[in-house]
Amino acid sequence: MNTIRQFHDVINDSDGYARRLKNDSGKKILGYFCSYTPEEIIHAAGIHPLRLFGTRSAIAHADAHLQAYSCSLVRGVLEEALAGRLEFLDGAVFPHTCDSIQRLSDIWRLNLKFSFHSDVVLPVKLDTSSARQYMGDVLRKFKRELEMDLGLSITDAQLSKSIKTFNTIKRALGKIYRLRSANPGLIAGADVYALVKSAMIMDRADAAEKLTAVADQLEKTKAAGADSGKRIVLSGGLCDHADIYSIIEKSGGAVVWDDLCTGSRYFEGLVSEGGDPIEALADRFTERVVCPAKHSSITARGDGIVGIAKEHRASGVIFLLLKFCDPHSFDYPYMKEMLDREGVPSMLMEIEQDLPSEGQLSTRFEAFIEMLR
Amino acid sequence: MSEEHLKKDPEKEKMKVKSIKKMKEIMTAYYIDAKTAAQNGKKVAWITSGGPVEPLIVMDAIPVYPENHGAMIGASKMGVDLCEKAEDMGYCRDICSYARSDIAASTVNGGPIGGLPAPDFLVCCNNICGTVLKWYEVQARYYKVPLFIFDTPFCHTEFSSEARKYVRSQIDEYIKFLEVVCGKKFDMDKMKEVGRLSLQGQRLWQDVLDTTMNKPAPMSAFDAFFHLALIVTLRGTQTAVDYYTMLLEEMKERAAQKIGAVPNERYRLLWDNLPVWFKTKWLSDKFASYDACLVADTYTSAWCGSLEYLDENDFLGSMVEGYTRIYLNIGVDEMLKIIKKMIKKYDVDGIVMHSNRSCKPYSLGQYDIMKSLQRDTGLPSLMIEADMVDERAWSESQIETRIDAFMEIIKQKKG
Ligand code: SF4
Ligand code: SF4
Repeated sequence: MNTIRQFHDVINDSDGYARRLKNDSGKKILGYFCSYTPEEIIHAAGIHPLRLFGTRSAIAHADAHLQAYSCSLVRGVLEEALAGRLEFLDGAVFPHTCDSIQRLSDIWRLNLKFSFHSDVVLPVKLDTSSARQYMGDVLRKFKRELEMDLGLSITDAQLSKSIKTFNTIKRALGKIYRLRSANPGLIAGADVYALVKSAMIMDRADAAEKLTAVADQLEKTKAAGADSGKRIVLSGGLCDHADIYSIIEKSGGAVVWDDLCTGSRYFEGLVSEGGDPIEALADRFTERVVCPAKHSSITARGDGIVGIAKEHRASGVIFLLLKFCDPHSFDYPYMKEMLDREGVPSMLMEIEQDLPSEGQLSTRFEAFIEMLR
Repeated sequence: MSEEHLKKDPEKEKMKVKSIKKMKEIMTAYYIDAKTAAQNGKKVAWITSGGPVEPLIVMDAIPVYPENHGAMIGASKMGVDLCEKAEDMGYCRDICSYARSDIAASTVNGGPIGGLPAPDFLVCCNNICGTVLKWYEVQARYYKVPLFIFDTPFCHTEFSSEARKYVRSQIDEYIKFLEVVCGKKFDMDKMKEVGRLSLQGQRLWQDVLDTTMNKPAPMSAFDAFFHLALIVTLRGTQTAVDYYTMLLEEMKERAAQKIGAVPNERYRLLWDNLPVWFKTKWLSDKFASYDACLVADTYTSAWCGSLEYLDENDFLGSMVEGYTRIYLNIGVDEMLKIIKKMIKKYDVDGIVMHSNRSCKPYSLGQYDIMKSLQRDTGLPSLMIEADMVDERAWSESQIETRIDAFMEIIKQKKG
């Protein structure tokens, strides 16, 4: 599809995109790292929230601050910043997730001189009323911080408008995902990846409009050829590799859904558009599909992946885990076990910013996909 | 061959810390108690090392510390075997080796004491890391027991009023949880007593650590690693208070007689991060061979680092701050401030940093701490790459070379 090209252009040069956006609109840009960032609040302040991913460049600067046993996301983002390639940022927002991001925040604050820095220290457990209360309190605190530091005020009306924009994006992505699940031949995995990633990079009003258009167009399209791939679900932290999708496809699989931070965990669960907007955001963070760094019940993630596998009739699940990511590593054994019990085969693939060679990947994916029913 | 059968060397006898025997007795009794808890109608609670244990003592539940168990596993060199078992279970080699060895030990009753007694419930306080949350979720599934999470928001530079309110409300939730799982009412009067004993124990522990301000230092960080067990496991009890009273006396006595942990103490060093449990003796001897004594460390002082926030007259209320603002729950710059204070206080000549492969909250940021120290104080520092339990992360020749080079620098600086 011709229009999908533009999303690939965005993700292939996200820094360039951000620079242009800043030049053209004069907007401030805040970088962020994880799907627990209250993007709506940032956006409502007239600031552009930009999700930061690692780097494809060699690590030259970050090694002086982070041990080799840090995940490639944390090292990669710090590398980008220290190398001066994120000079267009006005600051960064660090939601409290894992121990590594937490320390990245410290190291960032001490070594980089962006004007804005904020730690959004969310609750770690999400299943009590005091945690829910605290969630709201933290979001209000973050809003105050933005207002004070940047000398502006964020009205409820602006917040509600932002919430609508983000909901539109999330609805469109959800629709695209569901269309693909119903008909995996409809759109290539790498294209869906480009759409999701763009949603975290592009101007949000623009993204809302364009993603909705793509979703509508896909809905009207008849199946692009019969699909014969085995139905695959991806699970893990973030996947920043378009190649993975095409290698899976070449190996006889088709990704039909995922449980990724750069995937369904990002767009599932809309924010209520009525009532107090901050409370609505707090509700969504509390109720959304949980990340391993947060707690909602001891089996929440296992139940989640089993639910996804069933709903989307997965033939198999591929766990894509970033090396040195503690929270995800801890969840893998029990999630696998729960899938085993349901008769859903799974495989584990440890990845870093640099992928193993395509040959190596295909061999492993092919072996796995071949044994799927 | 026991030492008693050897002819006693009076010089060596003088060097020995006598309290060690008492400590071993207490710990043995404690573990027997914990292992026979069910027979005696007592509940066993697993709790994280930095967790609020005092309310458990009030409820007469026996607190058990998987991390302490991890340390024992490491010290008895059973870590690799258990870590590999965990890896066979699907846990990746990069996660905390305390967690790995504990998770595996549960399934095979492994480790030096044949496994920990099964918990009746779990208390997880995330003031030390996010790892414990995941680890306790694993154990809650394995043992099918209730899990209470005491969530202490990270304080990069501030302890926000929002967080304070949140933690405060969790104290009430904690007590309610305990009343349910223990099936009895929480005794507020007893809480006062336990709180008082906890504070007394912590003060004594700080006093013990402070005896190393003496030159020579009557004990070293390696001794502190050992004597730490009680302030972790029996904080809030008279036993801990009595033990540290005795230990303090002994240390004061040694200081008065100028008996040093390292016979000819010439250089004084500070240790950062967890011990390398399986190599404490080697490391201690290695530094001693240079007449260097590790007189202080950032690890053992964590169990008395919140004294300034705790209030004897309102222990429960002051737990909010006391348990949130602890060493591992603060920003790198805040940690640096504490290290700088310790450098002054203990008058150290250099700092040894253990870059601990499986503990990210402790280790990430160490490079920045090192650089700042070098810049602001000119203090030489050494980075040792290792792990607290997993011996596979230990490369002796490399570490030895580094220590040799580091000690040369210290020598040149100090003469
Ligand atoms: S990949 Fe894992 S370790 Fe890295 S930042 Fe994300 S959650 Fe943390
Ligand atoms: S990660 Fe570090 S702080 Fe956490 S349990 Fe392991 S050793 Fe302790």
